[in-house]
Amino acid sequence: MRREPEAEEPRAPGRARRRRRRREGRARTVRSNLLPPPGPEEPAGRGARHLADNRLKTTKYTLLSFLPKNLFEQFHRLANVYFVFIALLNFVPAVNAFQPGLALAPVLFILAVTAFKDLWEDYSRHRSDHEINHLGCLVFSREEKSFVNRYWKEIRVGDFVRLRCNEIIPADILLLSSSDPDGLCHIETANLDGETNLKRRQVVRGFSELVSEFNPLTFTSVIECEKPNNDLTRFRGCIIHENGKKAGLYKENLLLRGCTIRNTEAVVGIVIYAGHETKALLNNNGPRYKRSRLERQMNCDVLWCVLILVGMALFSAVGHGLWVQRYQEKKALFDVPESDGSSLSPITAAVYSFLTMIIVLQVLIPISLYVSIEIVKVCQVYFINQDVELYDEETDSQLQCRALNITEDLGQIQYIFSDKTGTLTENKMVFRRCTVSGVEYSHDANARRLAMYQEADSEEEEVAPRGATLSQRGSIGSHQGVRVVYRSQSVKSHRRTGSRAEAKRASMLSRHTAFSSPMEKDITPDPKLLEKVSECGRSLATARHQEHPLARLTPELADVFDFFIALTICNTVVVTSPDQPRQKVRVRLEVKSPVKTIEDFLRRFTPSRLAAGCGSVSSLASGKAAHKPGAGLLASLSPDGALLRLEERLGRAPPAITDNGYAGAGGWAPDGAPRELRYEAESPDEAALVYAARAYSCALVDRLPDQVAVELPHLGRLTFELLHTLGFDSIRKRMSVVIRHPLTDEINVYTKGADSVLMDLLLPCSADDTRGRHQKKIQSKTQHFLNLYAVEGLRTLCIAKRVLSKEEYARWLQGHLEAEASLDNREDLLFQSAVRLETGLHLLGATGIEDRLQDGVPETIAKLRQAGLQIWVLTGDKQETAVNIAYACKLLDRDEEVLTLNADSQEACAALLDQCLCYVQARRARSAPEKTPGPVTVGFAPLCPPSAPAAPGAGPSLVVDGRSLAYALERSLEDKFLLLAQQCRSVLCCRSTPLQKSMVVKLVRGKLKAMTLAIGDGANDVSMIQVADVGVGISGQEGMQAVMASDFAVPRFRYLERLLVVHGHWCYSRLAHMVLYFFYKNTMFVGLLFWFQFYCGFSASAMIDQWYLIFFNLLFSSLPQLVTGVLDKDVPADVLMAEPQLYRSGQNMEEYRPRTFWVNMADAAFQSLVCFFLPYLAYHDSDADLFTWGTPITAIALFTFLLHLGIETKTWTWLNWMACGFSILLFFIVALIYNASCATCYPPSNPYWTLQALMGDPVFYLTCLIAPVAALLPRLFFRALQGSLFPTQLQLGRQLAKRSPKKLSTAKEIFAQGHPPGDQDSEHLELGSRSTWGSLPRGCAPGASQPPCSPEAGGERSAADATVPCGDDALLERPSCRVPQTPAPRKPVQEGRPGGAETKTPGPSRAAPLPSIFSLPNFGSFSWISSLSLVSGLGSVLQLPRASLQPDKQDSDFLPGAPQPERDLCSLRGQTVEYF
Amino acid sequence: MAMNYSAKDEVDGGPPSAPGVTAKNRRPDNTAFKQQRLPAWQPILTAGTVLPTFFIIGLIFIPIGIGIFVTSNNIREIEGNVFMYYGLSNFYQNHRRYVKSRDDSQLNGDSSALHNPSKECEPYRRNEDKPIAPCGAIANSMFNDTLELFLVGNDSDPMPIPLKKKGIAWWTDKNVKFRNPPGEESLEERFQGTTKPVNWLNPVYMLDSDPDNNGFINEDFIVWMRTAALPTFRKLYRLIERKSDLHPTLPAGRYYLNITYNYPVHSFDGRKRMILSTISWMGGKNPFLGIAYITIGSISFLLGVVLLVINHKYRNSSNTADITI
Repeated sequence: MRREPEAEEPRAPGRARRRRRRREGRARTVRSNLLPPPGPEEPAGRGARHLADNRLKTTKYTLLSFLPKNLFEQFHRLANVYFVFIALLNFVPAVNAFQPGLALAPVLFILAVTAFKDLWEDYSRHRSDHEINHLGCLVFSREEKSFVNRYWKEIRVGDFVRLRCNEIIPADILLLSSSDPDGLCHIETANLDGETNLKRRQVVRGFSELVSEFNPLTFTSVIECEKPNNDLTRFRGCIIHENGKKAGLYKENLLLRGCTIRNTEAVVGIVIYAGHETKALLNNNGPRYKRSRLERQMNCDVLWCVLILVGMALFSAVGHGLWVQRYQEKKALFDVPESDGSSLSPITAAVYSFLTMIIVLQVLIPISLYVSIEIVKVCQVYFINQDVELYDEETDSQLQCRALNITEDLGQIQYIFSDKTGTLTENKMVFRRCTVSGVEYSHDANARRLAMYQEADSEEEEVAPRGATLSQRGSIGSHQGVRVVYRSQSVKSHRRTGSRAEAKRASMLSRHTAFSSPMEKDITPDPKLLEKVSECGRSLATARHQEHPLARLTPELADVFDFFIALTICNTVVVTSPDQPRQKVRVRLEVKSPVKTIEDFLRRFTPSRLAAGCGSVSSLASGKAAHKPGAGLLASLSPDGALLRLEERLGRAPPAITDNGYAGAGGWAPDGAPRELRYEAESPDEAALVYAARAYSCALVDRLPDQVAVELPHLGRLTFELLHTLGFDSIRKRMSVVIRHPLTDEINVYTKGADSVLMDLLLPCSADDTRGRHQKKIQSKTQHFLNLYAVEGLRTLCIAKRVLSKEEYARWLQGHLEAEASLDNREDLLFQSAVRLETGLHLLGATGIEDRLQDGVPETIAKLRQAGLQIWVLTGDKQETAVNIAYACKLLDRDEEVLTLNADSQEACAALLDQCLCYVQARRARSAPEKTPGPVTVGFAPLCPPSAPAAPGAGPSLVVDGRSLAYALERSLEDKFLLLAQQCRSVLCCRSTPLQKSMVVKLVRGKLKAMTLAIGDGANDVSMIQVADVGVGISGQEGMQAVMASDFAVPRFRYLERLLVVHGHWCYSRLAHMVLYFFYKNTMFVGLLFWFQFYCGFSASAMIDQWYLIFFNLLFSSLPQLVTGVLDKDVPADVLMAEPQLYRSGQNMEEYRPRTFWVNMADAAFQSLVCFFLPYLAYHDSDADLFTWGTPITAIALFTFLLHLGIETKTWTWLNWMACGFSILLFFIVALIYNASCATCYPPSNPYWTLQALMGDPVFYLTCLIAPVAALLPRLFFRALQGSLFPTQLQLGRQLAKRSPKKLSTAKEIFAQGHPPGDQDSEHLELGSRSTWGSLPRGCAPGASQPPCSPEAGGERSAADATVPCGDDALLERPSCRVPQTPAPRKPVQEGRPGGAETKTPGPSRAAPLPSIFSLPNFGSFSWISSLSLVSGLGSVLQLPRASLQPDKQDSDFLPGAPQPERDLCSLRGQTVEYF
Repeated sequence: MAMNYSAKDEVDGGPPSAPGVTAKNRRPDNTAFKQQRLPAWQPILTAGTVLPTFFIIGLIFIPIGIGIFVTSNNIREIEGNVFMYYGLSNFYQNHRRYVKSRDDSQLNGDSSALHNPSKECEPYRRNEDKPIAPCGAIANSMFNDTLELFLVGNDSDPMPIPLKKKGIAWWTDKNVKFRNPPGEESLEERFQGTTKPVNWLNPVYMLDSDPDNNGFINEDFIVWMRTAALPTFRKLYRLIERKSDLHPTLPAGRYYLNITYNYPVHSFDGRKRMILSTISWMGGKNPFLGIAYITIGSISFLLGVVLLVINHKYRNSSNTADITI
């Protein structure tokens, strides 16, 4: 192989080179390394050498380059340059203040510490590189003509690599051969994108025929592909065979470095990109450097300090100039002339003085500040990591701080952006209920079981994993051995993740399967439904041999049957079993050559083809929805033939089943099965559905690219021929499989998807015939149940079916194949093709899957909200589900209003925003309770019931759907949107894409200048996590990607509370105080020197010995402040937890504001005045020499610093005492030693015996006593005053903790009782929220100025109605679905019934889409039900009557079979209409 | 899609992280230190808690202040040893370049430094190609007036007061820091090859007749070399030793001060003074410290009273104070 970048072949003939250069600009050519070199002008092996090899090198330095490179990097930091500059200034004799060597010491110290840290980090990188580089793998060797073991680092582009199951892929490899008969290979990409499901990779087309062992020696093709890039989702290229044939290469052919081979015994591939050119490494951007807000503020203040410093120096310089001028001509005795005898000109003297002053006063810019902050942060991180209350027992993991330098940001967060699924919820999908053919199966037993699990949850999860070590090397060996071993390996390490805790958690989970704990798997079937299923099975078993077996069933039973078939096969779940590798059912339908053209297709439709079409393994097209193997047999099979074949298979299947340890057909019970099937699903929802189906004895037992095998009761194993899979995508929001039904030989499409899209795709049923009516009824019933499910917070999916005639299928197939074959616009065409297929569906039923809230989420949210945090939930879920989860977790409150923003267009969105803003402002203006029964009127309840007055800060909540969000985020609207959102208590963005999530965060962060925190658990949250100031990942179910991108990783959402409220607050408060103290300390110290200038002719002389000056910060006064900075707790943890509002101090930056800074500086100035002038006056006109006078001042400064720190320290542990004592002792010991060490050294201070002499002088002690006290009296007095008169919240909290620790608990109780769920509340909600819109037009848009977007000019319907896009309009388009807006609060309920139907005015509005199904108010009223039912485990059936709300009434007149079944929906909608 | 592919994770997550090892518990230790639950004193600064401090400060400082004040004022009486100082004002002995302008090695008797003084001494390092001993601006500007004190008794013949020249410098200075160049020869010979500072009348070996007070260890010289902290300073000149317990050292009477005027102070607008003082346990007379103690003590006491009032007035409210937002 070789690649020929331009510079590589300077001697190549010019023309060829140029040509090549052009080509090489965009592509790389890879040839086998085993081939002899292609041309004489290119010596063998040369090309490969120029490509990156597979060696991983993430280190920055080598031994030689370390010093220069590291220094160079360190000098990028401005502060370092500054300090070195100052130190170097000392080498200029004219301006030097200290001994040059001494002045360099602190800078060198700081540089050395940093260099050491860098060195250590680099070394650990080197070690991990080394480890990875020396992993082994099998590479084909030309010499030995076989695969030999090599290190990863020896792999080169063009090498052939053989990988076995569970091995990690060492480089980007083009898949050439697989042990899988279909040329497939499964890989797990958790390392790259965190997704734990298995992905399928496909052998390059043309190589799949090589069923026998692939021989690299015969590989002569040339691969042309794009240059290395970091796009994981894209790979393009082509392979040119020796015979000149070309074949395309797609990302399905590429195995990416870092992924793991799963479920495939062995694969062989050729290395395309190696080492740092692999996509994985190109994506590895390294950690981001974040700078905390406090640090930014601090840097700003450092600049102020620089200004002050320059000011002082300038002042001194001018002073010195004048002074020199004054004494110059007089030839004063003390005036020291230049060495040539001439005296300095005042200007020169001033310049020198300026520079010297800069040196002397350099302490003002705290050189140790940065180092100290680093140290403190490291300690803070340590303590956060060590917090046992952030340790999660279940997963044996604790909080991980991945970013070291933003701990204090945790204390200043204002906005939390949270993902929903997996973050607020467990992301354990549990099948809860379903409706089939319009009949609801409430699965009460299942609900009870779940309630039981909730209690037993922790025990369940604590089951210790089976201990078996697995090693990669272990799999080297005979195939047999591999086969035995790797199964269990796969079990164990299936969910590989970054940390050991994760591994443990993973292994616990994967004992069962990806995503599925027993809770999710063992579904208790609903007896009614179970009965129906087995009835289906029975009758089908008897009718099997008849012409149309399904026709024997009643429509309902047919639906039930199809429903379960759909649940079972309409997915991409891969079946594995723990005991053996993926087993192919070798009994295959024989006809399965790939359908490449439509001619081919038609040709094969002729019966004669039937016998011939065997043998070849199908290959997959490279598209997404790519299975089309076996398509060929369709029409060719006569029913008889099919049945014959079926017979054959069925005849053979039972033995196979028994072999596998199954009980016979029909008798198979999910729980009693000795062999467990494991389902590896792309999403937990899929797994949940498959498990649900299995509970009804409808078990998916095998899935191959072209067939799906299902175990059915009484029927045994049925094998469905899988014609196509149209995978799920977020635009279509559905997936489909096209199968050939073995019983009927029909071509069926099973579609599963979001109800919002699927309901639109149903076959429109005519109202004329009974069947149509019945169907319509079923649809509306299903819709009703769907709504109920949504109200319960369940995730809903609709299941539908379509029967295709062969002709229809052929027509569609033609289009589809064209789409697949097209090169440009392929995605679009495929999409359209899918849309063509998924239409005219027959609704089978719907499922409700529960995603349970994590423990403590409502409490956490309530607390966080109390802490003043605005919580936004950004979820991809649908609005109803999201809203109800939001209610369940108390994100939305029962007695608060909800504004819903569902707009269909930019203009509508703008209008809606305006209205909402008006409303919110009007609402604000109004003062509390007397808001309005009158005006709000038009039929609404009084706004806020007096019992639930809105708190001043509590605005309404805002719910936005994805589309409206897209509009709202447009530049023109974003300000309005923000303005509105700012006044809302919480914001819920539904159906939002990852990009939107990050845009929202960016918007808030950028425009509001607010501190944002994003928390999420999945790959879709990564962008949001990265954009936010603080990113938090949940190390949960969905792999590690969020965690990798995050700054902090928590095991559960609930830990966020303690992380922010306690640790965040502490970190912020500690660091803020420490930074302030630093500034104070340095200013005060420098002040002493500055005042002295007035008495030394501004000559930049210092009375403090140079050693003290230089080491004071570094040695004497550093430890106590570090201890305080690390350990001080301004408020105890329990108070912080009990009173989360204390968190606001951080948000408002109360501890460290510009004002605080200046007050602090002023105090420092005052203290330095006191500490200077007291000794000055005490030693005035005495015979004290310069340093005998300066040493007491130094000591005074030290005492003052410590006392000041004492005043600021809130908790005194023995460590604080020790540190203070140590500081004082250290100063005296060092000073005594220093002063006794040398009689003639250390010029000019020459401090010999100074301190010793001083210590015999009582004046020394007297000044040391009085000066600190005098300096600190004002501060102490002020603190006391403030603590008594205007205590801050924090001080109150502290007092509270001290005075009565018991009060805390009572406070907690009160809080807990604060929001009791109850009828009253729910009623408030209902009324309160409903009235929202009524008041709106009144508030801001009086009748005449109805928003333009409202199609009904005169109606009360709000703009929202008109603008809401609604997929269900087809379904709802009937006159009865409007509820008039009635004045009485209870009216809607009644009017929602038949009577209300008439009041709806049909008109132009018909054309307008209806509002989204639930704009919430009624849901709000339901929500407590759902939350109750979550707790009680009793279905909503029990709850509904108690609630005495509309739905149950509707329910009751609906269930008997009301003539207008859709009414209930309409009434529900009607209210939303009123509302929005 | 940005992602973080860390080499470390690759290894960590790979097969080596065997499940068998994962039984290890990662629960953090529940120790007081790690959980930040160290027993701690948590003072809360309010009027009530702080006011004792103010009273205590007041109660301690005022008596100390009075004590100091009294002591300092007692110095007025010329009893015991009397110290004779000369004072200079507006003399910037703390000027940066001035302070540096000396060579401690030379003063310590180092013979190489004697003949080759430090560069710091420039421009008073060499004169006429001979090294100056002692070099530097400090030495060069040494105070060289001579003060003599006479008691004008009843008889018109003034009686000179014996002034002790030795014992006025720090013991360590005289014995450790300052040494004459080593040698057995006469002092003059030991200073051979050096020249006197420009401003001096006599070379350094002629400062005094007493060999133990001559050369670098001349105590007047040593005292001068200890540069004053502030521009207005005094330096100890002579000791007047008390002769007997019965008589005051300096009996009341008319005294006559004879000044041999050499030292020009006009050049820096300075003034000369002669001070006679006794010293107490806390040094020379300086009433400031006493006054300062009394003042600070009183202020502290006053503030304490203010706090008392405040505490009394606001105690109730602060007791019921609660966190409200």
